[in-house]
Amino acid sequence: MRAFRSPSLIGGGALSTLFLLAAAISYVWTPYDVTQHAIAIRLQPPSAAHWLGTDQLGRDILSMLMMGARISIAVALVAVGLGMAAGVPLGLAAAARRGGWLDEIIMRANDIILAFPALLTAVMITAVFGPGAVNAIIAIGIFFTPVFARLARGAALSLWTLDFTLAARVAGKSRLRISLEHILPNIANLLVVQGTISFALGILAEAGLAYLGFGAQPPTPSWGRMLAEAQTLTAIAPHVAIFPGLAIVVTVLGLNLMGDGLRDLLDPRLRRSRT
Amino acid sequence: MSLLSVEKLSLSIHGTPILDRVSLAVGEGEVLGIIGESGSGKSMTALSILDLLPRGARRTGRIVLEDRELTALSERRMCQVRGQSIGMVFQEPMTALNPVRTIGDQVAETVLVHTDRSRRAALAIAREALDRVGLHADRFPLTRYPHELSGGQRQRVVIAMAVALRPRLLICDEPTTALDVTTQAQIIALLRGLVAEDGMGMIFITHDLGVITGLADRLAIMRAGEVVEAGATREVFTRMRHPYTRKLREASAHVPQRKARAIGATLLETRDLIREYRLPRRTFLEAPQVFRAVDRVSLTVRKGENVGLVGESGCGKSTLSRAVLGLEAAQGGTIALEGARIEAGHAMPRALRRRMQIVFQDPYGSFNPRHRVARLVTEPFHLLEERPDRRERAQRVAEALTAVGLHESDAEKYIHEFSGGQRQRIAIARALITRPELIILDEAVSALDVSIRAQILDLLADLSDRFGVSYLFISHDLGVVRAITDRVYVMKSGRIVEEGETEAVFDHPRHDYTRELVAATPRLDRVLAEMGVG
Repeated sequence: MRAFRSPSLIGGGALSTLFLLAAAISYVWTPYDVTQHAIAIRLQPPSAAHWLGTDQLGRDILSMLMMGARISIAVALVAVGLGMAAGVPLGLAAAARRGGWLDEIIMRANDIILAFPALLTAVMITAVFGPGAVNAIIAIGIFFTPVFARLARGAALSLWTLDFTLAARVAGKSRLRISLEHILPNIANLLVVQGTISFALGILAEAGLAYLGFGAQPPTPSWGRMLAEAQTLTAIAPHVAIFPGLAIVVTVLGLNLMGDGLRDLLDPRLRRSRT
Repeated sequence: MSLLSVEKLSLSIHGTPILDRVSLAVGEGEVLGIIGESGSGKSMTALSILDLLPRGARRTGRIVLEDRELTALSERRMCQVRGQSIGMVFQEPMTALNPVRTIGDQVAETVLVHTDRSRRAALAIAREALDRVGLHADRFPLTRYPHELSGGQRQRVVIAMAVALRPRLLICDEPTTALDVTTQAQIIALLRGLVAEDGMGMIFITHDLGVITGLADRLAIMRAGEVVEAGATREVFTRMRHPYTRKLREASAHVPQRKARAIGATLLETRDLIREYRLPRRTFLEAPQVFRAVDRVSLTVRKGENVGLVGESGCGKSTLSRAVLGLEAAQGGTIALEGARIEAGHAMPRALRRRMQIVFQDPYGSFNPRHRVARLVTEPFHLLEERPDRRERAQRVAEALTAVGLHESDAEKYIHEFSGGQRQRIAIARALITRPELIILDEAVSALDVSIRAQILDLLADLSDRFGVSYLFISHDLGVVRAITDRVYVMKSGRIVEEGETEAVFDHPRHDYTRELVAATPRLDRVLAEMGVG
C-alpha cells in the first residue's frame, strides 16, 4: 500500500483518528459527568484525578473536551461539506459558462453573500430558525459556499484555457461532462487544501457563534464555548483556555497533514518521486 | 585576443551533470551562434557566463571577459558586469518587461543601476537607446507602457535595455523564437546592425539553423552539454565532421517522402465563413464593438489531400479551425463536410464531428495529467454511436499506439512520463483512433526540436498514405508547410489573400504579403548556396 509510505498521511490520519475516537468514546463513557457542577474543586490545575484540571464550575476538562469534540468536529465538518457541496458545482458551472449570464448570476450571488458579514448571516438564520447546532452548521455552510465557488471557478478557468479541454470538446463531450471528468480531478488538490483551512475556520466560527449564544446550547459543551468562557480566566487559570485551544490546533494540524498527504497520493505526477 | 573566452566550462546542478568542458570564444564585432536542441545546455552556458545559475549549481572552468576572470568575481562585482559589460536578451518579450512601468523607466533603470548619472541623463540615454532600436520618439515616447506595444516592439525595448550602456558582449537566448517570421527578420537585421555599430561581440543562441547561418561568423553546435563541433560558419558546413551536425542539417531541411495519391472529391468546404467576437464595452452606454477574426473565408480540402493554411499569429488561423470543428458557432457562411451542410449558427451534429479531429501545438497542455494514456487516447470514442467493449478498446489503443511508433505497454503510463515528441505522437494517436477523414494539425510540430519535427513529419506523411486521411495543416512555418502540403492558403487579418499549389505559391508568390512572408523565412539551403557551400 502506497498510503503507508507517506509520513504526513500517517501522522495526520493518526491525529484525526485520535479526536474522532475521543468523540466516539464520549457517547458511552467520560471520566466525569460534565453536567455535574462541583464548585469546591473549581479551577484546579492538572492532577492525577483530573488529568487536564477543572474549569470555573468544577467540571473535568478532559471530559468536556471529549464531549466538545462531538459538536465542534461535527459542526465544522458538516459545514465544510455543505460549503463544498454547494460551492464547487456552482464554481464549475460558472467557469464552464464563463462570461455568460449563468456565470454573472452565480458570481454576483456570491458577492452578495460575501458582502454580508458572516456573523450577520448567522444571526439572521438563527433569528429565523432559532439557536442550535444544526442552524449553526447551516449558517457556517452558507458562509463557506462562495469561498469554494470562487476557488473552483478560478482554478477551473485556467484549466479551460488548456488544450486538453478543447480536445475533449472535439471528442464531443459536453461542458458538464468535461467539468466532472477533466476539471474536477485537477482542482481536487486545491479543494482539499482549502477544505482543511476551512475546517479550522469552521471550528472557530462555531466558537464565535457559541460565544454569542447562537451555537450549541448549554449544557452541551463545545470547544469554542469552552474557549470563550475561559477568556476571562486566562490570568488565574491558563489551563482552562490552553487545553481547548490545543485541541483545536492539534485537530486542524492533523487534518492539514492528512490533506497534504491525500493531495500527494492523488496526484500521479508526484507518485513516483515520493516512493 | 578574443573578447570572451570560455575554457573547459563544466556545470552540474545538484550533482546532475549539465555541461561538460564547454570551450567557446567570441571576438569583438563577431557573432557566435550556439545551436542545439532543447536540453543541450545552450541556455545554461549563457547563464553560466552571467553567473545566474539556480541553487545547487557547481561551476568549474574559466570564463574570461577582456582579461577579467569572471569566475573569480564576487556577486557584487558580477552585478556590475551584468548589464554594463554583458547585456542579455531573452526569448519571451511578453514577460521580460514589467507591465506597470513605462518603457523609458525600464531602459533608464539599467543606466541608473550601473552609473551615477542623474535621472534626467539616464532618461536621455534611454531615449537614445530606443532610437537606436528603431523606436522613435514621435511614435514611441518614453511614457509608453509595454501593453501598448506589439511583440516585436517589446523585443526591441528589451534589446534597448541590453545595449543602453553599450556593453562589450550581448547574449541573445532565442530572441526571435516567439516572434512571427517577418518580425524575426527585422529583429535580426537590427541586431546585426548594432553589432556592426558598436563592435561588440554577440552570442546568439537558437535551435534554428536557418536563422543563425546567415547571421553568425562562427558556430558552436551543442548536444547533451558538450560542444560537438565548432568553427567558422562556412567551415562547419563544408566539413560537417560530427554526425550530429549532419543530422541537424538534414533534419532542418527535411522533406518527408510522400506517395503520389489520387486526390478525391471535396471533403471539407467552407463558404464565406465569418467568425466575429464581441469586444468588451469601453464605456457603459456604448454598444460593444465587434471584431471579425475570420472574414468570408472559403476553403476546400479534398479527400486524401494535405492542405496548408499559413499566416502570422493573430491572423485568425486557429479561430477558423475551431469554427470548422464546430466548437464555436460561425456568424455567417456555411461549412460542408462531403455535402452535409451546416449553416452558420447551427450546432455541428455528432456524426459530422466524428469525421474530424485535431492535434494541438502544445504537447504539454494537450493532455489531462491525471489520466493514463489509454484513457486519453480513447477520449474520442465518446463520439461513436456504439462504444467498443473492453477488449476491442484495448486492441484499438494498441493499434493506434503502434501506428504512431509507440509501444502497446505505453497505454498504462501517465503523460508526464513522455517527452514532447512522444506526447505529440500520443496526440496523433488520439486523433486517429476514430479513423477520421480529416485531421486539423494546428501548429502541431512548431514546439518540437528539428530532429523530432522531422520524425513527426515522416509519421504524418506515412499515416496519410496508409489511412488516406486528409490534413488541414495550420502553421506559421513556411518550411514545414512546404514539406508536407499539396495546396496552401495564405491568411492575413482574417482573410485568405492567396491560394494555390504549394510549390507554385512559394516559388512565385503573387500577393505582396505572401512575397514578404517568403522573403522573411530563413532558408538554410539558400543561405548556404550564397556562401558557396553545396
